[in-house]
Amino acid sequence: MIKYTLKRIGMALLTLLIITFLLFVLVRIMPGNPFPSERMSADQIQNKRAEMGLDDPILTQFIRYMGNVLHGDFGKGTSLYYGAPISTVLSTAISNSFRIGGIAVLLGSLVGLLLGITAALNRGKFLDGFCTVFSILGVCVPSYVFLIFLQYTFSFKIPFFPYFFDANRFLFSSVIPSVSLSLFTMSTIARFTRNEMVDVFDSDYVKLAESKGMYGRNLVMKHVLRNALIPIVTVLAPLIVDLLTGALVVEKIYGINGIGKLMVDAIAGEGIDYNYVLALGILYSALYIGIMLVVDLLYGVLDPRIRVSAKGKEA
Amino acid sequence: MEKSYTPVKEDFTLLDRQDLYTDKNFASQSYWKGVAIHFFKNRRAVIGLVIVLLIILFAAIGPSLNEFGYRDIVQYRNENNKRVVAKGIAPQIPALHKLFTGEEPEGNFSSYTFLFGTDDLGRDLWTRTWYGARVSLLIAFVTIIIDMIIGMSYGLISGYFGGMTDNIMQRVVEVANSVPRLVIVSVLAIFMPKGIWLVIIALLLTEWIGMSKIARAEMLKTKEQEYVLASRTLGARNGHIIFREILPNTIGPIITQVMFSIPTAIFTEAFLSFVGVGIALPMCSVGTLIEDGFNNITTLPYQILPPIIVLALLMLGFNFIGDGLREALAPKLEDM
Repeated sequence: MIKYTLKRIGMALLTLLIITFLLFVLVRIMPGNPFPSERMSADQIQNKRAEMGLDDPILTQFIRYMGNVLHGDFGKGTSLYYGAPISTVLSTAISNSFRIGGIAVLLGSLVGLLLGITAALNRGKFLDGFCTVFSILGVCVPSYVFLIFLQYTFSFKIPFFPYFFDANRFLFSSVIPSVSLSLFTMSTIARFTRNEMVDVFDSDYVKLAESKGMYGRNLVMKHVLRNALIPIVTVLAPLIVDLLTGALVVEKIYGINGIGKLMVDAIAGEGIDYNYVLALGILYSALYIGIMLVVDLLYGVLDPRIRVSAKGKEA
Repeated sequence: MEKSYTPVKEDFTLLDRQDLYTDKNFASQSYWKGVAIHFFKNRRAVIGLVIVLLIILFAAIGPSLNEFGYRDIVQYRNENNKRVVAKGIAPQIPALHKLFTGEEPEGNFSSYTFLFGTDDLGRDLWTRTWYGARVSLLIAFVTIIIDMIIGMSYGLISGYFGGMTDNIMQRVVEVANSVPRLVIVSVLAIFMPKGIWLVIIALLLTEWIGMSKIARAEMLKTKEQEYVLASRTLGARNGHIIFREILPNTIGPIITQVMFSIPTAIFTEAFLSFVGVGIALPMCSVGTLIEDGFNNITTLPYQILPPIIVLALLMLGFNFIGDGLREALAPKLEDM
């Protein structure tokens, strides 16, 4: 298991390095001039380029950049937040995004799990139907549409929640974005939990437990839920990744200073420069790869059969 | 003791075609016929199919059902030769108004039928919604079919040859799969001008990966089967075996994946257009329409509803079809 874990971590780091290199090369060969040339003479530009090390071979530049990144220095933006180190801007953005994303994941998985369990226990009844409709709705409608509706209803028509995000009232103003972000996770988890639990209910070992005289909460908790949970953990990873995407527009619409908003600005090319694109690209890839890695390892911890087969492959 | 009888030619007659008896109770059916039967027995799959077909129908003929073009501003000149523009008119059907109240509706443009209303510039939303659906569907279909061809070939070749080829090809997939779609889009956005091509290329670069994985898995499952060996023994070339022998037997799961990829493509297109790097004005897609609706939500709240409903119905329809296909292709015993 330790060997497998180390190998997976090594692979993940290598992949991240390759991606970073590709991004770096792509951004460096990008057309355009990093300096506003009409106010600078050719000599000045040349000096500035030399000063920033832009004339060195690309590999040297890359190694220098990676060295800085490992020290937490992503360089400086050249247009937006002029002069502010990117790492400072990013760390505020990350803390905002992670708190809202964290609330959304917690809310989504807890409510989704509850909803799924209730639906499975009341199979074929009203609650089951409600769960199905709800999960279909959550999958079909993008999270930003939910946000627009919640914002319109609870901030504009009934002015209860703030219309835009307010960092001074963090919890209060993160209700609307967290809820709208969590709906996709919630509906997927609910549907998945329901189907898994129904499958487990039909399995032989649950029938055996029932024939031994187990029933009610004991049966559900000890036998059904435990076995239904394993596959549920595995869908959580792609959900979190989707959450990252969904958070983009949600942060943009609700005015949250998060990595999603920075990313949208980068994509839309609104006052964002190449250094930001590079830093955000590395950050997103690292997040993505990290989540995949955690799930892979978690899968092995949760299900001994996978652990054994992975070991078998190694041997 | 009787002499044993030797049959002569006249004892036999040719049967007519209709006399041929086929076993109708235990008739064997072709694979695809079985899939179709399972698919159409599934209520949700049929609902999904109907929804998608209806939207495709409306996307095809909807814009021409009334006299307004997708970029036309509905307007007329009044008696003082001043321009009167149908800005921000809520959905209205004069015929219904007359039916219920018995009176002719009053006011500017009261005799016009705007099923979905008009937008803030005075363009008819019925036309624009279906035109936008057409653009979104076209982008999704074209890119996903190209992705299918790329991904399928990649996966089939990788799985068929195995060994070193497979190893290298799979490392490439692994790296490609680890780059989030957003990062690809953001890098593309600084390379390319905004517009329809950005969306298409972003989709082309990302969606083939899933298909190649499925194609490879299917290839690994089928390549050891006897018919492949038979074909090879008869001297078939690799290309023939991959694309003529194995491909038809692996196409089912790939088509299922296509059905799940199309909503992803529509979603991505809507997202990019919403952010402002997708379809450029005055053309429209579902995404730009939602963005327009969002920008005017406080003044014209009805404007956002049609594109959102079309988007949600498309998602629903394609997901139902995908689920139905998956079940029909691999039916469980209890469903038979």
